[in-house]
Amino acid sequence: MAQIAVAFAVGIIFALGLAVSEMINPARVIGFLNVAGRWDPTLLLVMAGALAVTVPIFPVILRRSRPLLAAQFSLPIKTQLDPPLIIGAVIFGVGWGLAGFCPGPALAALASGSPGVILFVIAMLVGQWLVSRFEDS
Amino acid sequence: MAEPNILGGLIGGAIIGLAAVLLLALNGRIAGVSGILGGLINSTARGERFWRLAFIFGLIAGAGLYGFARGGLPLELQAGHLTLLVAGFLVGAGTRLGSGCTSGHGVCGLARRSPRSLVATMIFMVIAALTVFLTRHVF
Repeated sequence: MAQIAVAFAVGIIFALGLAVSEMINPARVIGFLNVAGRWDPTLLLVMAGALAVTVPIFPVILRRSRPLLAAQFSLPIKTQLDPPLIIGAVIFGVGWGLAGFCPGPALAALASGSPGVILFVIAMLVGQWLVSRFEDS
Repeated sequence: MAEPNILGGLIGGAIIGLAAVLLLALNGRIAGVSGILGGLINSTARGERFWRLAFIFGLIAGAGLYGFARGGLPLELQAGHLTLLVAGFLVGAGTRLGSGCTSGHGVCGLARRSPRSLVATMIFMVIAALTVFLTRHVF
């Protein structure tokens, strides 16, 4: 129960960060990716701001034997630079560049009720589901 | 496009970093949005679903709160509905296949000094920039 409350609160905090930094706005993201146009460095500053917090603090947390509310840390176990990682990153990059939405901002932007955002999120779920089918088989 | 949002970018980024720190320290989880969402699709354990749904509802609620307080969300869609459908599908498929997105690989993976995340982040940034170049300056 406590973990569910934490997840909800963290979701709210995460979305406030996306809104304050305007990363919820695809125009900002495209402005960053558009290196041949009037380049907007805001996304770079967002990454810098986030990493300034996570890079020094993550190692301190991970030195503990377990998190405060759970029995163990649930971390990614893969270490290989395998073809799915590379191909997946390329496919994601094309989609990100087409719309200016990655998963976090797209889900947060559902709050606007915009039909375009709803379409994007539904298609995103279909894409995830389709790939997960191949993983299972 | 507006001027760079330097202060908002840095502060907003730090808030996102704080969210990632809290989720790791308290629940032991990586704040990767595509991974949290993806776990809803095929997680067998019912207990796994609730925290994931709570995080996603929190995301929507947080954005809603901000929009309510500020009289609207900053949102300027950059593509038509058909393109959004195609892009959404590619983002879903690509993040699933590549085990992460901007938050999981970018914010969290780099902080864990994961080589996979570093490579993935560089690839999707370069490919996204290339996609914007091709769609806005070439075709």
